[in-house]
Amino acid sequence: MSDQTHMQAEHDLAPGDEEQHGVGARILGYVVGLALALLLTATSFFIAGTDLVWQPSIPVALIVLAIAQMGVHLVFFLHITTGPDNTNNVLALAFGLMVVFLVVGGTVWIMAHLNQNMPPMDQIMQMRR
Amino acid sequence: MSMTATAGRAHADPHHIGVVIEHPGPAPKRIVTAYGFWVFLLSDIVMFSCFFAAYAVLVDQTAGGPRGSEIFEQRNVAIETVCLLLSSFTCGMAGIAADVRNRFWFYLGMAVTCLLGLIFLVIEFREFADLVARGYGPSRSAFLTAFFSLVGCHGLHVSAGVLWLLTMMAQVFAKGFRADILRRMMCFALFWHALDIIWVGVFSVVYLLGSGV
Repeated sequence: MSDQTHMQAEHDLAPGDEEQHGVGARILGYVVGLALALLLTATSFFIAGTDLVWQPSIPVALIVLAIAQMGVHLVFFLHITTGPDNTNNVLALAFGLMVVFLVVGGTVWIMAHLNQNMPPMDQIMQMRR
Repeated sequence: MSMTATAGRAHADPHHIGVVIEHPGPAPKRIVTAYGFWVFLLSDIVMFSCFFAAYAVLVDQTAGGPRGSEIFEQRNVAIETVCLLLSSFTCGMAGIAADVRNRFWFYLGMAVTCLLGLIFLVIEFREFADLVARGYGPSRSAFLTAFFSLVGCHGLHVSAGVLWLLTMMAQVFAKGFRADILRRMMCFALFWHALDIIWVGVFSVVYLLGSGV
């Protein structure tokens, strides 16, 4: 019964499943992921509150740190890797990311241009009178 | 794996990724279920990206109300972040315990996950209640509307996750580590980790970027 089969070597991996490892190796993976994520989080909070860093670089640094931490979560917690048995999961992720970037990037882009081409709101109110 | 592309086996590896599959047949149910849930999670992330986009557009439309830097408390956000991060870890531990069918560690991991999730929710609820009490509710400005909907939507997901978590504990208690229960447990773990990923975006974009501006 295919219901009972946990993982078979000839099949793809389910998202969240790892290749066959012992319990110790799996726990170690989570510990490494937790340590990396805590490190990146601490760096984010430190950079946001400090004036030791060049100020205009802070937003970029925060975004880079956030993307790095999302990567750590994907690899160590969700076990999305680049292995051949993970192709379906990675392709779905890639499509999802494309939609996310289209939505966020497109919205910010279009709305910034709209704001630039609009007269300030108080002038519009005067024109209506 | 070695490339054994003889004439008879060439079609078994159409994409030449080095894995020769003779007659794989349908994938096991565990893979089908988890893959379907993974696609759902990605669509959930797409939905969150719409809230993020709305927030990015409306962040400066404060209508004379407070800016983000005036209402965000970094200390609370740091505690919330650590709570979610640790709960992701304990959820992973509970998942491993379920795979090796160890009830004690499963219940312990799930209970700690639940506790950390509840701490997160309490801190977030008190932050919201405090803002509303000061007159900075979601109707105060477009910025606050976007803030409450984005962070509140994540909070709703965490609440649903806590309910699901308790359901999983009850199901394991009543039915044991059956194959279908283990599949649900895997989906729950995926859900909980995905929520943590979204929270990384929330605390970076909303709280840290917002408090600097």
